[in-house]
Amino acid sequence: MVEIRSPSVRRGWSESVRARASEIVKQYPEPRSAVMPLLYLAMAEEGYLTDNGMREVAGAVGLTPAQVRAVASFYTMYKRENPGRYLISCCTSISCMLLGSDEVLRAIEDESDVTAGETDPAELISVEHVECIGACGGAPAVTVNYELIEGMTTEKARELVRWLRTARPEAIVGAECQELFGGRRSFDWGAFDRDSALGPYPAFGPLGTVSGPAGDQEG
Amino acid sequence: MSVRSIVTDRMTRHPSDSHTLDRYLGTGGYRALAKALEMPPDEVTGEVKAANLRGRGGAGFPCGVKWSFLAPAKPAYVVVNGDESEPGTFKDRQLMERDPHQMLEGTIITSYANGANHAFIYIRGEYPRSARRVQQAVEEAYAAGYLGSDILGSGYNLEVTVHLGAGAYICGEETGLLNSLEGRRGEPRLKPPYYPAAKGLYMQPTIVNNVETLANIPWIIENGGEAFAAIGPDGSRGTRLFSISGHVRRPGNYELVMGLTWRELIYDVAGGIPEDRALKCWIPGGASAPWFVPDDHLDLPVTLDDTAKAGSMLGSGAVVIMDETTCTVRATERLVRFFAHESCGQCTPCREGCSWLERILRRIEEGSGREVDVDMLLDISDNISPGLAWPPRMTTICPLGPSAVSPILAITSYFKDELMAHIHQGGCPFD
Repeated sequence: MVEIRSPSVRRGWSESVRARASEIVKQYPEPRSAVMPLLYLAMAEEGYLTDNGMREVAGAVGLTPAQVRAVASFYTMYKRENPGRYLISCCTSISCMLLGSDEVLRAIEDESDVTAGETDPAELISVEHVECIGACGGAPAVTVNYELIEGMTTEKARELVRWLRTARPEAIVGAECQELFGGRRSFDWGAFDRDSALGPYPAFGPLGTVSGPAGDQEG
Repeated sequence: MSVRSIVTDRMTRHPSDSHTLDRYLGTGGYRALAKALEMPPDEVTGEVKAANLRGRGGAGFPCGVKWSFLAPAKPAYVVVNGDESEPGTFKDRQLMERDPHQMLEGTIITSYANGANHAFIYIRGEYPRSARRVQQAVEEAYAAGYLGSDILGSGYNLEVTVHLGAGAYICGEETGLLNSLEGRRGEPRLKPPYYPAAKGLYMQPTIVNNVETLANIPWIIENGGEAFAAIGPDGSRGTRLFSISGHVRRPGNYELVMGLTWRELIYDVAGGIPEDRALKCWIPGGASAPWFVPDDHLDLPVTLDDTAKAGSMLGSGAVVIMDETTCTVRATERLVRFFAHESCGQCTPCREGCSWLERILRRIEEGSGREVDVDMLLDISDNISPGLAWPPRMTTICPLGPSAVSPILAITSYFKDELMAHIHQGGCPFD
């Protein structure tokens, strides 16, 4: 996908985001340690990691933008191209492969018409294959915006894609997705929390990413 | 076979709310911390040494001994390794999601014993639910006075920061993790000189422990190191979480006392193989471990030392079962692809070697393999890990590259006929 960025567009972070960034920096003995959480913050601000976002991170921790880019490029979860609203990550590592993950991935690609590594033209759905996501007891497993669904089948994978297309949920609630599309789990999840992901990055409020409505819990 | 639970006890008895502070306190939580804070720090370390608790992250190093190596310089740090990413492993996720206070109490006790006033919990980025649960536990612990200044009136202070990874297996290697925590690329550091106990986080003395290791600490302090050392066989004390996956009827995490046989683990604990198909082979301790096969290994005891003697390791506790329908070439390709993808790129043998191995395996699986490819697989492996020995010799800073050699050795020693069948038939006989 070709990314078009106009050099004239330089929207800086708002005061409140900068304040949040300095709160995060204060959690560490040395500012540089805040680079990773701030990269998530930058993604949450603009949907993905832009040059602008990396410049803001650099400014917040006292590095050059090039140094920040060098860090960001090491980690697969910092997306430097705009992903769709829903990022479907299909595990195809050993345990998932043994139980049919390659077929699940093919079903997702076929139903969404998106090849792994790409995004649909409407920027709604991105598909990727990923290495082990620690859900081997509930293989095959996928995540949507990093919210886990275990015990997938090809049929459920197709239903998931159709549901994302038609229902277009505002937020991805892991527990809800597991109930709708999942099967066998790696372990008893216990109480389902209702945290939700509002973007294609992990939903973890305290580190600066978007957090969902505070956890209503079901017994 | 005895099953006794230490780290999964609370979540088993209280499945709906084992992660909350109320339930934790109602089931004896933070009593061990109160006890530890009344002991001199080196006495706490003494109990952990007496327990003979060996690290649950992969290397199996004795935890108390690790603590006693910590250099005296201040400040010192404690870092929790929750970057669980070894294919087949999902035990720390359960511990973090279902009983975060247990791991946190272990972290606080560990920090006290090692004179650290700041601890970091590094959780892999793909585990947002673990991160949310641990963060919630940290906030509850601050509010209740188990973190912050003057903990329980002891005069001891501790700050805890939860840090999210961003998708890099190599950050589970402790020095790669420290670089990542410093806001750098997660490239492992050279040892020596960068042993974390001497030159760790910010070049200060640092203890890095796995989540499961730390989850055992409260029990050890509360019941004494001797009580822990009375459980299980020599060299494999206490319990251990096994993540069992692949072709079994009941995959999942099982907390077991070591010493049972692989046959019992696969057939009794995990329920055997669906449709009673035959067992072909299994990975005894994560993607980096050399494989076991029924004829040679099914009746060996599951202990750290017996597994090492047989040429493999319990590693991270991930057991991946493969039945007779498995194409071992495809399985090998999938494991090697993982290491090729996760290589940080610092060392040439790993960076180049793993991706060459991956490409050769793929062409064999896809039907364009040649007989010479088998020798080439071994030759490249020998360049990554000279002598193809176990434990592997290294030409690299960290063991990632040599780990990719494990499945290559398995397939060339046990399943060479399958490799040759792919080459001679020009494709996968299992397709």
